[in-house]
Amino acid sequence: MLSRVQVPASARRGEIVQLRIAIQHPMETGYRPDHFGRRIPKNVINTLVCRYNGVEVFRAEMGSGIAANPLLQFPVRVQDSGEFVFEWRDDSGEQGESRAVITISAG
Amino acid sequence: MPDRRRFLLTSTALAGGLLFTGVAAAQQNPQRIALLREVTGGAPVNAGRVTVDTPPLADNGHSVAVRVLADSPMTAEDHVRRITLLAERNPRPVVASFTLGPHSGRAEISTRIRLADIQDVLALVQFSDGSWWMGGAHVIVTELACLEG
Repeated sequence: MLSRVQVPASARRGEIVQLRIAIQHPMETGYRPDHFGRRIPKNVINTLVCRYNGVEVFRAEMGSGIAANPLLQFPVRVQDSGEFVFEWRDDSGEQGESRAVITISAG
Repeated sequence: MPDRRRFLLTSTALAGGLLFTGVAAAQQNPQRIALLREVTGGAPVNAGRVTVDTPPLADNGHSVAVRVLADSPMTAEDHVRRITLLAERNPRPVVASFTLGPHSGRAEISTRIRLADIQDVLALVQFSDGSWWMGGAHVIVTELACLEG
Protein backbone atom coordinates (compact mmCIF):
# COMPACT_ATOMS: atom_id res chain seq x y z
CA MET A 1 0.00 0.00 0.00
CA LEU A 2 1.40 3.35 -1.02
CA SER A 3 1.61 5.93 1.70
CA ARG A 4 3.14 9.27 2.41
CA VAL A 5 4.25 10.34 5.85
CA GLN A 6 5.07 13.92 6.72
CA VAL A 7 7.18 14.38 9.83
CA PRO A 8 9.49 17.35 10.36
CA ALA A 9 13.15 16.34 9.97
CA SER A 10 14.13 18.20 13.12
CA ALA A 11 12.53 19.83 16.15
CA ARG A 12 13.42 21.21 19.55
CA ARG A 13 13.05 19.12 22.70
CA GLY A 14 9.53 19.47 24.09
CA GLU A 15 8.12 20.91 20.89
CA ILE A 16 4.72 19.77 19.63
CA VAL A 17 5.04 18.62 16.02
CA GLN A 18 2.25 17.73 13.61
CA LEU A 19 2.49 14.33 11.95
CA ARG A 20 0.55 13.61 8.83
CA ILE A 21 -0.05 10.36 6.99
CA ALA A 22 -1.92 9.71 3.76
CA ILE A 23 -2.45 6.15 2.53
CA GLN A 24 -3.62 5.12 -0.90
CA HIS A 25 -6.64 2.91 -0.20
CA PRO A 26 -10.19 2.80 -1.65
CA MET A 27 -11.83 2.45 1.82
CA GLU A 28 -14.57 0.34 0.20
CA THR A 29 -17.84 0.94 2.04
CA GLY A 30 -19.48 -2.36 1.11
CA TYR A 31 -22.43 -0.47 -0.43
CA ARG A 32 -20.95 -0.01 -3.88
CA PRO A 33 -21.76 -2.45 -6.73
CA ASP A 34 -19.19 -3.43 -9.37
CA HIS A 35 -19.88 -3.38 -13.14
CA PHE A 36 -21.85 -6.63 -12.89
CA GLY A 37 -24.08 -5.36 -10.11
CA ARG A 38 -22.39 -7.44 -7.45
CA ARG A 39 -21.72 -5.75 -4.17
CA ILE A 40 -18.04 -5.00 -3.58
CA PRO A 41 -17.24 -6.26 -0.07
CA LYS A 42 -16.39 -3.73 2.62
CA ASN A 43 -12.66 -3.24 2.92
CA VAL A 44 -11.35 -0.33 4.95
CA ILE A 45 -8.18 0.32 6.89
CA ASN A 46 -9.63 -0.47 10.30
CA THR A 47 -6.64 0.22 12.53
CA LEU A 48 -3.63 2.49 12.37
CA VAL A 49 -1.06 2.80 15.14
CA CYS A 50 1.80 5.29 15.43
CA ARG A 51 4.75 4.49 17.70
CA TYR A 52 7.51 6.91 18.68
CA ASN A 53 10.66 5.06 19.76
CA GLY A 54 8.51 2.04 20.54
CA VAL A 55 5.85 3.90 22.57
CA GLU A 56 2.35 4.11 21.15
CA VAL A 57 1.44 7.80 20.74
CA PHE A 58 -1.62 7.57 18.54
CA ARG A 59 -4.20 5.00 17.47
CA ALA A 60 -7.05 5.29 15.01
CA GLU A 61 -9.91 2.83 14.65
CA MET A 62 -11.69 3.64 11.44
CA GLY A 63 -14.86 2.65 9.63
CA SER A 64 -16.32 3.23 6.21
CA GLY A 65 -17.11 6.84 7.15
CA ILE A 66 -13.48 7.79 6.57
CA ALA A 67 -12.93 9.07 3.03
CA ALA A 68 -10.98 7.10 0.43
CA ASN A 69 -7.22 7.58 0.63
CA PRO A 70 -7.39 8.28 4.35
CA LEU A 71 -5.54 11.28 5.69
CA LEU A 72 -4.74 11.68 9.36
CA GLN A 73 -3.01 14.55 11.06
CA PHE A 74 -2.23 14.64 14.77
CA PRO A 75 0.23 16.29 17.17
CA VAL A 76 2.98 14.64 19.19
CA ARG A 77 5.25 16.21 21.79
CA VAL A 78 8.81 15.15 20.95
CA GLN A 79 11.53 14.54 23.55
CA ASP A 80 14.27 12.45 21.92
CA SER A 81 15.66 11.84 18.48
CA GLY A 82 14.28 8.68 17.02
CA GLU A 83 11.82 7.09 14.72
CA PHE A 84 8.08 7.21 14.14
CA VAL A 85 6.64 3.92 12.93
CA PHE A 86 3.17 3.88 11.42
CA GLU A 87 1.48 0.50 11.01
CA TRP A 88 -1.97 -0.23 9.67
CA ARG A 89 -4.17 -3.10 8.57
CA ASP A 90 -7.28 -3.37 6.42
CA ASP A 91 -10.32 -5.70 6.57
CA SER A 92 -8.75 -8.05 4.00
CA GLY A 93 -5.80 -8.54 6.34
CA GLU A 94 -3.36 -6.58 4.24
CA GLN A 95 -0.83 -4.65 6.32
CA GLY A 96 1.27 -1.60 5.67
CA GLU A 97 4.08 0.21 7.38
CA SER A 98 5.87 3.50 7.04
CA ARG A 99 8.69 5.12 9.02
CA ALA A 100 10.13 8.58 9.54
CA VAL A 101 13.15 9.78 11.47
CA ILE A 102 13.26 12.94 13.57
CA THR A 103 16.32 14.67 15.04
CA ILE A 104 15.86 16.62 18.28
CA SER A 105 18.01 19.54 19.30
CA ALA A 106 18.21 20.70 22.91
CA GLY A 107 15.90 23.50 24.10
CA MET B 1 -0.51 31.53 19.98
CA PRO B 2 -0.41 33.78 16.93
CA ASP B 3 -3.31 36.24 16.63
CA ARG B 4 -4.54 34.80 13.40
CA ARG B 5 -4.81 31.31 14.83
CA ARG B 6 -6.58 32.59 17.92
CA PHE B 7 -9.02 34.51 15.74
CA LEU B 8 -9.69 31.42 13.62
CA LEU B 9 -10.20 29.28 16.70
CA THR B 10 -12.65 31.67 18.33
CA SER B 11 -14.51 32.37 15.12
CA THR B 12 -14.89 28.70 14.29
CA ALA B 13 -16.00 28.03 17.84
CA LEU B 14 -18.58 30.80 17.52
CA ALA B 15 -19.78 29.60 14.14
CA GLY B 16 -19.93 26.04 15.45
CA GLY B 17 -21.91 27.21 18.46
CA LEU B 18 -24.41 29.04 16.27
CA LEU B 19 -24.89 26.26 13.77
CA PHE B 20 -24.72 23.27 16.04
CA THR B 21 -28.16 22.33 17.27
CA GLY B 22 -26.81 21.81 20.75
CA VAL B 23 -26.78 19.13 23.37
CA ALA B 24 -30.16 20.20 24.72
CA ALA B 25 -31.73 19.36 21.36
CA ALA B 26 -29.64 16.19 21.22
CA GLN B 27 -31.21 15.01 24.42
CA GLN B 28 -34.64 15.13 22.82
CA ASN B 29 -33.58 13.02 19.87
CA PRO B 30 -33.98 9.35 20.80
CA GLN B 31 -31.79 8.13 17.93
CA ARG B 32 -28.95 10.35 19.05
CA ILE B 33 -29.37 9.31 22.66
CA ALA B 34 -29.07 5.66 21.62
CA LEU B 35 -25.98 6.40 19.55
CA LEU B 36 -24.28 8.32 22.35
CA ARG B 37 -25.11 5.55 24.79
CA GLU B 38 -23.52 3.03 22.42
CA VAL B 39 -20.25 4.96 22.53
CA THR B 40 -20.17 6.03 26.18
CA GLY B 41 -21.79 2.96 27.67
CA GLY B 42 -24.52 5.12 29.22
CA ALA B 43 -22.23 7.66 30.91
CA PRO B 44 -23.55 11.25 30.95
CA VAL B 45 -22.37 13.54 28.14
CA ASN B 46 -21.58 17.20 28.82
CA ALA B 47 -21.70 20.05 26.35
CA GLY B 48 -18.54 22.04 25.72
CA ARG B 49 -14.74 21.70 25.80
CA VAL B 50 -14.85 20.27 22.26
CA THR B 51 -14.70 22.15 18.96
CA VAL B 52 -15.49 20.53 15.64
CA ASP B 53 -14.10 22.47 12.74
CA THR B 54 -15.61 21.71 9.33
CA PRO B 55 -16.50 23.76 6.29
CA PRO B 56 -20.16 24.82 6.86
CA LEU B 57 -20.81 24.08 3.21
CA ALA B 58 -19.10 21.05 1.68
CA ASP B 59 -19.44 20.53 -2.06
CA ASN B 60 -18.37 16.90 -1.97
CA GLY B 61 -19.69 14.48 0.63
CA HIS B 62 -17.11 11.88 -0.35
CA SER B 63 -14.39 13.88 1.35
CA VAL B 64 -15.11 16.49 4.00
CA ALA B 65 -12.24 17.88 6.07
CA VAL B 66 -12.86 17.69 9.82
CA ARG B 67 -10.71 18.91 12.66
CA VAL B 68 -11.53 18.20 16.30
CA LEU B 69 -9.99 20.25 19.09
CA ALA B 70 -10.53 19.58 22.77
CA ASP B 71 -9.72 21.93 25.60
CA SER B 72 -7.20 20.00 27.71
CA PRO B 73 -3.70 20.67 29.09
CA MET B 74 -2.68 17.13 27.97
CA THR B 75 -0.63 16.36 31.07
CA ALA B 76 -0.20 12.92 32.64
CA GLU B 77 -2.94 13.79 35.19
CA ASP B 78 -5.36 15.57 32.88
CA HIS B 79 -5.58 14.60 29.23
CA VAL B 80 -7.87 13.42 26.48
CA ARG B 81 -8.07 9.69 26.17
CA ARG B 82 -10.32 9.21 23.21
CA ILE B 83 -12.07 11.15 20.45
CA THR B 84 -14.95 9.47 18.64
CA LEU B 85 -16.32 11.03 15.47
CA LEU B 86 -20.02 10.51 14.74
CA ALA B 87 -22.12 11.20 11.66
CA GLU B 88 -25.54 10.01 12.74
CA ARG B 89 -27.17 10.08 9.30
CA ASN B 90 -24.48 7.93 7.71
CA PRO B 91 -25.30 4.23 7.24
CA ARG B 92 -22.61 3.51 9.82
CA PRO B 93 -22.78 6.46 12.23
CA VAL B 94 -19.55 5.73 14.12
CA VAL B 95 -16.96 7.15 11.74
CA ALA B 96 -13.76 6.63 13.71
CA SER B 97 -12.22 6.57 17.18
CA PHE B 98 -8.85 8.05 17.97
CA THR B 99 -6.76 7.29 21.04
CA LEU B 100 -4.58 10.11 22.32
CA GLY B 101 -2.59 10.67 25.48
CA PRO B 102 -0.19 12.95 27.31
CA HIS B 103 2.37 12.34 24.51
CA SER B 104 0.09 14.19 22.13
CA GLY B 105 0.84 17.59 23.69
CA ARG B 106 -2.37 18.94 22.25
CA ALA B 107 -5.81 17.35 21.91
CA GLU B 108 -6.31 17.62 18.20
CA ILE B 109 -7.01 15.39 15.21
CA SER B 110 -7.71 16.14 11.55
CA THR B 111 -9.04 13.79 8.90
CA ARG B 112 -11.42 13.59 5.95
CA ILE B 113 -14.78 11.87 6.26
CA ARG B 114 -17.72 10.78 4.11
CA LEU B 115 -21.13 12.34 4.70
CA ALA B 116 -24.22 10.66 3.28
CA ASP B 117 -26.53 13.53 4.22
CA ILE B 118 -26.72 17.07 5.53
CA GLN B 119 -26.16 16.59 9.22
CA ASP B 120 -24.36 17.42 12.45
CA VAL B 121 -20.88 15.98 12.73
CA LEU B 122 -20.36 15.18 16.40
CA ALA B 123 -17.20 14.55 18.36
CA LEU B 124 -17.50 12.69 21.65
CA VAL B 125 -14.40 13.11 23.77
CA GLN B 126 -13.45 11.13 26.84
CA PHE B 127 -11.05 12.80 29.28
CA SER B 128 -8.67 11.01 31.64
CA ASP B 129 -11.06 11.53 34.57
CA GLY B 130 -13.58 9.43 32.65
CA SER B 131 -15.95 12.30 31.81
CA TRP B 132 -17.45 12.66 28.31
CA TRP B 133 -17.80 15.94 26.48
CA MET B 134 -19.33 16.64 23.12
CA GLY B 135 -19.12 19.25 20.42
CA GLY B 136 -20.40 19.38 16.89
CA ALA B 137 -20.82 21.27 13.68
CA HIS B 138 -23.62 21.32 11.15
CA VAL B 139 -22.44 20.55 7.64
CA ILE B 140 -24.45 21.20 4.51
CA VAL B 141 -23.34 18.85 1.76
CA THR B 142 -24.26 19.62 -1.84
CA GLU B 143 -23.15 16.34 -3.42
CA LEU B 144 -23.78 13.54 -0.95
CA ALA B 145 -21.57 10.49 -0.56
CA CYS B 146 -24.20 8.28 -2.21
CA LEU B 147 -24.54 4.67 -1.30
CA GLU B 148 -24.66 3.17 -4.77
CA GLY B 149 -21.85 4.28 -6.90
